[in-house]
Amino acid sequence: MALLEVNGLTLYFHSRNGVVKAVDDVSFSVDAGETLAIVGESGSGKSVTCYSLLDLLPKPPAKIEAGTALFDGIDLLSCDAAQMRRFRSNDIAMIFQDPMTSLNPFISIGEQLIEPLIYNEDKSRRQSRSDARLRAIELLDEVGIADAEQRFNCFPHEFSGGMRQRVMIAMALINEPRLLICDEPTTALDVTIQAQILALIKTLQQKRDVAVIFISHDLGVVAGIADKVMVMCEGTVREANDTESIFYRSEDDYTKKLLAAIPEGAKSMPNRAQADSPLITVRDLKTYFHDYSTTIAGHIKAVDGVSLEIQRGEILGLVGESGSGKSTLGRSILQLAPITAGSIHFKGVELNKLSPAKLVPWRRKMQMIFQDPYASLNPRMTVHQTLAEPLLYHGLANPKNIDQQVQQLMDDVGLARNSLRKYPHEFSGGQRQRIAIGRAIATKPELIIADEPVSALDVTIQAQILDLILNLVEKHNLTMMFISHDLSVVRYISDRVMVMNKGVIIETADTEVLWADPKQQYSKDLLAAIPLADPRSERLRASTA
Amino acid sequence: MDQISLQQQEQGTSLWKDAWIKLSKNYLALFGLGILALLCVISILTPWIAPYGYEEQNLMLGATAPSLEHWLGTDIFGRDMLTRIMYGGRVSLTVGFIATAVALIIGVLWGAIAGFVGGRVDAVMMRIVDIMYALPFMIFIVLLMVVFGRNILLLFLAIGAVEWLTMARIVRSQVMSLRKQEFVEAAHSLGLSQWTIIRRHIIPNTLGPVIVYTTLTIPSVMLLEAFLSFLGLGIQPPQSSWGLLINYGVETMEEYPWLLIFPGITLSLTLFALNFLGDGLRDALDPRTSKD
Amino acid sequence: MWRFALNRLLQAVPVLIIVISATFMLVHSAPGGPFSADKAVPPEVIKALEAQYNLDQPLWKQYISYLGDVVQGDFGPSFKYSGRTVNELIAAGIPATAELALYAMMVALIIGVSAGVAAAMRPNTMRDYVPMSAAMLGICMPSFLLGPLLVLIFGIYLEWLPVSGWGDMPGDKIMPSITLGTGYAAYIARLSRGSMLEVLSQDYIRTARAKGLSEPVIIFKHAMRGGLIPVVAFLGPAFAGLLGGSFVVETIFQIPGLGRFYVQAAFNRDYTMILGMTIFFAALIILFNLLSDMLAIWLDPKLRQQARGNN
Repeated sequence: MALLEVNGLTLYFHSRNGVVKAVDDVSFSVDAGETLAIVGESGSGKSVTCYSLLDLLPKPPAKIEAGTALFDGIDLLSCDAAQMRRFRSNDIAMIFQDPMTSLNPFISIGEQLIEPLIYNEDKSRRQSRSDARLRAIELLDEVGIADAEQRFNCFPHEFSGGMRQRVMIAMALINEPRLLICDEPTTALDVTIQAQILALIKTLQQKRDVAVIFISHDLGVVAGIADKVMVMCEGTVREANDTESIFYRSEDDYTKKLLAAIPEGAKSMPNRAQADSPLITVRDLKTYFHDYSTTIAGHIKAVDGVSLEIQRGEILGLVGESGSGKSTLGRSILQLAPITAGSIHFKGVELNKLSPAKLVPWRRKMQMIFQDPYASLNPRMTVHQTLAEPLLYHGLANPKNIDQQVQQLMDDVGLARNSLRKYPHEFSGGQRQRIAIGRAIATKPELIIADEPVSALDVTIQAQILDLILNLVEKHNLTMMFISHDLSVVRYISDRVMVMNKGVIIETADTEVLWADPKQQYSKDLLAAIPLADPRSERLRASTA
Repeated sequence: MDQISLQQQEQGTSLWKDAWIKLSKNYLALFGLGILALLCVISILTPWIAPYGYEEQNLMLGATAPSLEHWLGTDIFGRDMLTRIMYGGRVSLTVGFIATAVALIIGVLWGAIAGFVGGRVDAVMMRIVDIMYALPFMIFIVLLMVVFGRNILLLFLAIGAVEWLTMARIVRSQVMSLRKQEFVEAAHSLGLSQWTIIRRHIIPNTLGPVIVYTTLTIPSVMLLEAFLSFLGLGIQPPQSSWGLLINYGVETMEEYPWLLIFPGITLSLTLFALNFLGDGLRDALDPRTSKD
Repeated sequence: MWRFALNRLLQAVPVLIIVISATFMLVHSAPGGPFSADKAVPPEVIKALEAQYNLDQPLWKQYISYLGDVVQGDFGPSFKYSGRTVNELIAAGIPATAELALYAMMVALIIGVSAGVAAAMRPNTMRDYVPMSAAMLGICMPSFLLGPLLVLIFGIYLEWLPVSGWGDMPGDKIMPSITLGTGYAAYIARLSRGSMLEVLSQDYIRTARAKGLSEPVIIFKHAMRGGLIPVVAFLGPAFAGLLGGSFVVETIFQIPGLGRFYVQAAFNRDYTMILGMTIFFAALIILFNLLSDMLAIWLDPKLRQQARGNN
């Protein structure tokens, strides 16, 4: 009998607007030393399944309709509150997605770490504060936090995201649980940090022989870590099998779709860049921000001396981790962030010297696509109003032919024409991003800067939007700067790639040249950290590392 | 290319419509709205529908308990309480609405300017608000009333001048957060003029909180007026207001408790109605509850 | 932290000077002189009085000398109570008002916080609806209505408690404290419910649950710190409100405190008294706002560090 056996778990959300079948007849098992990955897109019920095991869902609206979850022979779904606290204290631990919000900002790291020991539901296992402190420092050291003893009394805001996730892991392991549930533990982290955290989880698991349930939206991430994979969609299990079978011999259409959606390999479209015909030229650009919130006097050098050229028809990828200044660079080029020094020439005109009024005709030639499809549309305007605004404002349409023009745009971005009178909150994330893209191409721009346009979207939607962008670039003869933290996406779409870190450009090269032979150490680290959606090569990489 | 006519298109639900649907399911808020509407109608029509004249005394009658002729009884001068409460309501509601309007205008302008201009201007303007927050305004109003006599116009201004501070803070924080929103940035990158952005993208999105706070300001203004009138520092006879009626009621409550209880119930009920309405509007207009 | 406090205190100095100047100007721009209300006083007496109170001097001279006196903590003689200084009158009023405000604050905090926290722990159940309906009632039942009603019920009909006085009879402090505290209890209940709900929906509360902590530890150790910061920050404004409320409560219950003196001074047009008490109140309120801000900052480790680093 396995350590945890879930059978026929069914969970509904009951709200005033009706019943949502969040989890529908889900069964799985996991044993000591084994890693089960549960993979699915948003709304698949993967997180809800695991939260229900530890009774972490608010009831109501959640209600377990059927099923059992036997842990060591005891049903987690029907045990009383005290028994559940005993399980949480000693046997089952959890790591959450966002390390920035999952630690209490008002309590020191050390105090939070020792809580499972000093407040253990099992009174016989409670430890004194001083013993617990020693144990916590030992564990902090093990998860790779330097100067554990000094940092014991620090507060969460004094740690970086990766460090906080290490603290979370230490906290989860402090009572030597037998099952560890990881809910997207690396999704909020940079790619290099992600690789470190994944390796850490793997090492700790092997050392302690714990069972791990690893929840992720990304098949790529789990390839190297999972023994078994369960694919979920809309509350049901689509396929469950060992990792190799899932990746190499999948039977299920949805799994195949997920695998196909992972951007992989080189760009398939031809490079349309016209040599020696720069559309935009940036020279020694500097953008500094004043920052009153930190104790450091002076300013943050978000962009610190960047020069670049984008050729007509080219797609230039810009990669960097959070805080690298890549978004600010994009905004500075479009004159949306005031620059500190340097020059930006667009078709030979120095944009940064133009007055706001003189800039208006140029603005319509350069557009931006934003990351968050929820924030990038005015919630009080219909799709029609959103799309018609730039057309009418720039005189590209008149009140007579505006309806036709807007419908044309809807066709271009693949939205149903009959939803023109709807409001943004009535659309899904992917559809909203289509609307935002429609607005960007409405003015017939020549340059588009896309700032992480797919990173808030599910994998399958992400693939659709990427293809839409590629098609539109082709159809409307666009030039593009594509900003992303996701190297696979950048490789899939870009002709040339720039690597940015701490406000400066580290390396620029044609995409495949960079992938084959990165020159700078930072680029090498970045490329090495990309998780591959291929279990065999991941294993190979792990054994050679 | 075949066009789709307007009729064939699915009509979307705007956030306003969405809010209205939510509000119409909130019975307490609807009750509040109903009471408020009723009070407004009665106040407007008072000169025509009041059962007795405002100053109509009947000293022979004196204070009587509620009866068929005088539903809410009479005061010590034999004046009909229902009539007096109706006339008092006119004053109390007028103070409530006008002082709130004063607060609304100053607060929205102040907050919007600080939010839009930002930087040093914003820092100075909000510092002024912070400082004024720390001042004992209740005391200043008493002072104003003492020095300049109990002038009703001054009362509007004084109360309005106290209540605008919170409005300014709300509007400013709203504008500041909107300015950073990506859809406003998108509007900038489309080259829309500052004024177009303000008119089409900023103002419609600040209206919700402003409406909610306005609804909640009216009861607090009415309370302030009643408070001052109760102390004898607000509305002066021969004019009347609910606070003043409660003041008179307290003097004779041992013998004629209805002179305290009826104006008290009227004031409390009105405050209830407005607060329920405000709470309901807040729930209905809260973007967090309408997202997805 | 202390430097932060010092900084704020220094910033309060110009504010206080503005308050003093504004009130001074306001009082002296009153239509008619301070003595014009008393009709029967012959002109030579008025002249003598004006000389006594320096009113024959040019305004700016009066202002300078008043400012000088105030800086030394001297609010001058009372207009109406001849032979007594404003300082003496304020000192006489402080004990009763301070005691009343303290009890009212205790009523407000104990009832308000426990009702708010209890409601937030079980939202949308009877344990939420009952206290929150009571809180709404408390907000819509102003002190000048609640006080007389309490007097009517418990003082006159039931004769359980004395109807007025302060410290003269056993139990005479109960009704005033409840009258003054109820409105704030109601407000604090709504405030703490809202912020506790916000905190309880945070990810870190879920983390605490997943660790196997018991409900009391989660509520009192993990949720209360963040949840009560808004309440702590409200204490300063609440104190200002209590001072204002004491006008009414002390009048209703005939308590010899600052509030009643202030209202009497307003009716008597006792200008030096009003001036002095306004400045005194302003200084008190600024002080209490500072204290509640400091407490709120001290509760938040991030702000605490910034206050240490910046100021």
